[in-house]
Amino acid sequence: MAMQLQCKNLVLGYEKNIILQDLNFTVSNGDYLFILGENGSGKSTLMKALLGLNAQISGEINFCGDTNKNQIGYLPQQTITQKDFPASVREIVQSGCMNRCGLRPFYNKQEKQLALDMMEKLEITHLAKRCYRELSGGQQQRVLLARALCSARKMLLLDEPVTALDAKATHEMYELIANLNKKDNMTIIMISHDIQASVKYASHILHIGGKQLFYGSKIDYMNSKVGQAYFSSSGGDIYG
Amino acid sequence: MAELWQTLIYYFQFPLVQYALIVSLLIALCSSLLGVTLVLKRFSFIGDGLSHVAFGAMAVSASLHTVITIENDMILVLPITVLSAIFLLRTSQNAKIKGDALIAMISVGALAIGYLLMNLFSNSANISGDVCTTLFGATSILTLTISEVWLCAIMALLVIIIFILFYHKIFAVTFDENFATATGVNANAYNLLIAIITALIIVLAMNLVGSLLISALIIFPSLSAMRIFKSFQSVIICSSIISVICAGMGIILSILYSTPAGATIVVADIAVFLLFSLVSCFMTKRAHA
Repeated sequence: MAMQLQCKNLVLGYEKNIILQDLNFTVSNGDYLFILGENGSGKSTLMKALLGLNAQISGEINFCGDTNKNQIGYLPQQTITQKDFPASVREIVQSGCMNRCGLRPFYNKQEKQLALDMMEKLEITHLAKRCYRELSGGQQQRVLLARALCSARKMLLLDEPVTALDAKATHEMYELIANLNKKDNMTIIMISHDIQASVKYASHILHIGGKQLFYGSKIDYMNSKVGQAYFSSSGGDIYG
Repeated sequence: MAELWQTLIYYFQFPLVQYALIVSLLIALCSSLLGVTLVLKRFSFIGDGLSHVAFGAMAVSASLHTVITIENDMILVLPITVLSAIFLLRTSQNAKIKGDALIAMISVGALAIGYLLMNLFSNSANISGDVCTTLFGATSILTLTISEVWLCAIMALLVIIIFILFYHKIFAVTFDENFATATGVNANAYNLLIAIITALIIVLAMNLVGSLLISALIIFPSLSAMRIFKSFQSVIICSSIISVICAGMGIILSILYSTPAGATIVVADIAVFLLFSLVSCFMTKRAHA
């Protein structure tokens, strides 16, 4: 399988404060990587670095093959601004096509069609004219996921996509993402602290906490000390 | 009623009154276009801060009149305001002094320095009158020259063209800056563009409503539109219509009843805001019933 992303001796932080160090991992085409860690372990810092929002202190982040940094889709956590933002679902999904436009001021036919297709795929076509702020949490996440798919060609980065969702919406969201991974061969990198879900869905796991605690396949993680300790602390049966 | 109509027709024969109407409509249109973005980006106060900077710059320019002759105050006011806009936006992201405190600091600082300079160096007999004019616009809208009208028209056109060309990008950057940056849109550049246009509009609008009331022109129409409309496009269109109508009404009323133009326009904006709030209240009640 073709390698898409490689991190070598990566050290992250703000100014001189190191938050996360010794990161060495690779992501290949079609992988489903869970990045696990407690609050404050540096998950969001890592995500921002992968997205190119923050520079790293040292080390390398390499996108390889035909994967370009600007071709990844990103599902962020919701911001306060968005809670009362007057925008229709269609406007938001279309804005995911922005990176295909370059300097062209308006969307062309293909981009508009792409937005429609993605709404169809996530079953939100009937919401197209609705106002984003009036939707339920699960619907809002679908809208943002549709937007991410408009900009993604090969890889999706998701930042705690189920945080504010109820049990049913959480399940639907995970199934949706798993489908994208399997059917469309979309590479998934997800930040989470949901170890149950990671055991169920992931192909690889990266566990961080100030530094890299574990990186490898899911099976290896379940048999590792780190994995078992984390799992028993979050209370549950690892083979459930 | 007929009598009022006659008076109005009589007044509109004067070119100065025509100029005032044209300029105020253009400024109202521009400020409302940008207002939506500024309000949504939580930058409402940048408008306020910048207008005080523009006042300070105006005072500096006025006090320089005693030393050298300056053809047009804009030569000094415009660059200073644009630079402050860039400075405020650049530093508000990750500075040691937080964004809102920085704006407050610069805005009152500029106000104080401006007033001090005016008192120290102005050779005018009526200083408080001058200050009042700069702060509240007063009659300056009715004393525009044809070259000022052209300047205003060109700037307004520029702002509108830029806004239309970058409409989708402004939406993307306003809705989710991180997403835009992550997918390769140069969000910083667009923020800079927004800051520069804001500064342009504020300097333009100083003649109309004076530097204290500019924020009202920027904020009220977009807030009113957001009460009722639910997509970005409809909010933008609605707020520009509200703004233009209020500016027109305000100018006409101020001429008829000889009230200060700026304050009258702002009061019209407030009235529309209250009306729209009321309507949105009824709409949500209905939706729940």
